Amino acid sequence: MRLDIDTYREILDTLTRNKSRSFLTGFGVFWGVFMLVALIGGGDGLKDLLSKNFEGFATNSALVFAQPTTKPYDGFRKGRQWNMVYKDVDRLKAQVPELDVVTPMVARWGSVVVFGDKKSTASVKGVEPDYAQVEQPNLYYGRYINPMDMAQHRKVCVLGKKIYKTLFPGGGNPCGQLVRIDSLYYSVVGVDYSSGNMNINGSAEESVILPITLMQQTYNLGDQVDIISLTGRPGVVLSKLSSRIRGIIAHEHHVDPTDEKGITVFNTEVLFGMVDSLFKGVNYLVWLVGIGTLLAGAIGVSNIMMVTVRERTVEIGIRRAIGATPRMVLSQIITESIVLTIVAGMSGILFAVAILQLLEMGNTTDGIVQAHFQVSFWTAVGAMALLSVLGVLAGLAPAARAMSIKPVDAMRDE
Amino acid sequence: MIHLHDINKTYFGAQPLHVLKGISLDIEEGEFVSIMGASGSGKSTLLNILGILDNYDSGEYVLDGTLIKDLSERRATEYRNHFIGFIFQSFNLIGFKTAVENVELPLFYQGVSRRKRHKMALEYLERLDLLPWADHYPNEMSGGQKQRVAIARALIANPKVILADEPTGALDSKTSVEVMALLKSLNEEEHKTIVVVTHESGVANETNKIIHIKDGRIGKIEENLDHHASPFGINGVMK
Ligand SMILES: Nc1ncnc2c1ncn2[C@@H]1O[C@H](COP(=O)(O)OP(=O)(O)OP(=O)(O)O)[C@@H](O)[C@H]1O
Ligand SMILES: [Mg+2]
Repeated sequence: MRLDIDTYREILDTLTRNKSRSFLTGFGVFWGVFMLVALIGGGDGLKDLLSKNFEGFATNSALVFAQPTTKPYDGFRKGRQWNMVYKDVDRLKAQVPELDVVTPMVARWGSVVVFGDKKSTASVKGVEPDYAQVEQPNLYYGRYINPMDMAQHRKVCVLGKKIYKTLFPGGGNPCGQLVRIDSLYYSVVGVDYSSGNMNINGSAEESVILPITLMQQTYNLGDQVDIISLTGRPGVVLSKLSSRIRGIIAHEHHVDPTDEKGITVFNTEVLFGMVDSLFKGVNYLVWLVGIGTLLAGAIGVSNIMMVTVRERTVEIGIRRAIGATPRMVLSQIITESIVLTIVAGMSGILFAVAILQLLEMGNTTDGIVQAHFQVSFWTAVGAMALLSVLGVLAGLAPAARAMSIKPVDAMRDE
Repeated sequence: MIHLHDINKTYFGAQPLHVLKGISLDIEEGEFVSIMGASGSGKSTLLNILGILDNYDSGEYVLDGTLIKDLSERRATEYRNHFIGFIFQSFNLIGFKTAVENVELPLFYQGVSRRKRHKMALEYLERLDLLPWADHYPNEMSGGQKQRVAIARALIANPKVILADEPTGALDSKTSVEVMALLKSLNEEEHKTIVVVTHESGVANETNKIIHIKDGRIGKIEENLDHHASPFGINGVMK
């Protein structure tokens, strides 16, 4: 088998001078590869988009909040309103060493934030600095609330993205500016651009963050706490701690420790588990459909080449009659199949990459890519390798048939 | 050059068809021979066996001192490539290749370099007055031109034997005369051994020996050195 430039020219000639035939043959593979790569990229992008919803939220976390009791206990009727207090945080920290972060929050809806003649409604959240470990801020300007703010009762705030955009439509760093929230002026220390949809007490984009102590004073909340957020230390399964946590809080507030509604402990890991298996399912499907399409493409190539070989009986017979050995015919047909598969496959990859690039560009805001649709270089290389193998396999059966064509067939077939 | 002894060939189709029934024949080097016979008498079958395009069931075929029997594909291909040139009734050019590329093809399979075979192909086309058609595709040429391209292709590997199956079958009488004249000059000037299958007596009359074949058997063999004695006249290859 001579595989020199000459042989390749012969093959390229054959392919390029029978354009529609080559096109039809290659299209199956083109489509298969396009689907595979586009699906892989699309699946990844979808995953990214879904993950966006949970972005910045600690995965191993739980929320504790008070609701009207559902069971009578200790002389109290059911349906009683009650609140958690700041001391509950210390109690949990002291009594449940498996917890990493224990941090309180108070929140208020429908506050008005004003800067100059611009105005926006917002939910105001009072938090401690370590709340950042539960719902991670994505700071575009400035910083988050820090312990000094707490200690010195500084009137500072962090603005959510939408509020910032409404109050400062011209953009620019707002740190140091004074904004009015309800009746008091606060100095802006940061802007939080995080946009996940997994939020506590309202979306981060439409929130203003204050130091919790300041908020408790300003809004006359005493030492009331609305929500206590918890994260577990690595390896700790929070769902197994639920009843212990409930017990500690119940004890202090005369609530039935079995009242799962009255003291709600919400585990985010349940949610993340669901999403995780969803992703796995999507992944599985992508590969199944993609490989299926690709295989169908290869079988299509094989089929069309089979028909082609039949159609080319005379041509192959002539070649045999004037000096081509069966091996030369074999290698010609297989090489044709490989070249076709690779060229068609490459175009498929390029086309898919171009489409994915467009998708990715469409999902970019403020220069930050929201979802990565593009496939990696190695995925493309893998697809290429798969293609070459498929090309050989697809060419085998047609080549075997071509090889069996005898020179007399050229004369007989008219 | 060609020695056949008691060649038998049966096609096993729907019912077996005994086509060649003991053909014995000798053709010497440099002879210009025609095989004549009615349609279905087995002329093409015989020529395909001579060209090692097909095999025979029993008997003995010796080509240039070599027994042609159960040859490996490689040996058979080598003979077809170097030793024998074919000319077919339907030209059998490859449609998507230009004239010069068709002529080059045997040399491509011999492994001759691109430049060299291109040069040689052009030389042969020139000899056949086809140079202006070198870059034309077969469907842009007349039947006579196509057949001359096919002859150039048969000649380019410089074979000792040329086998032609009804080379004028698809041509009008004027072009038939030209093609036969061409074969004749190849025989006279280059001493090629030429076997032409035909059922046209005018064509057969141009050759030096006419072998009649009937129902798979050799009939009479005529020496035909005096072409002018032809009832069709000097320039008449009649249809
Ligand atoms: N591959 C084949 N299978 C079965 N029968 C065949 C095959 N090839 C030829 N024949 C039969 O063998 C007989 C001789 O065929 P052949 O082609 O040798 O005739 P021919 O003398 O060349 O005729 P023509 O002048 O029409 O070309 C015919 O009856 C034909 O039908
Ligand atoms: Mg015939």
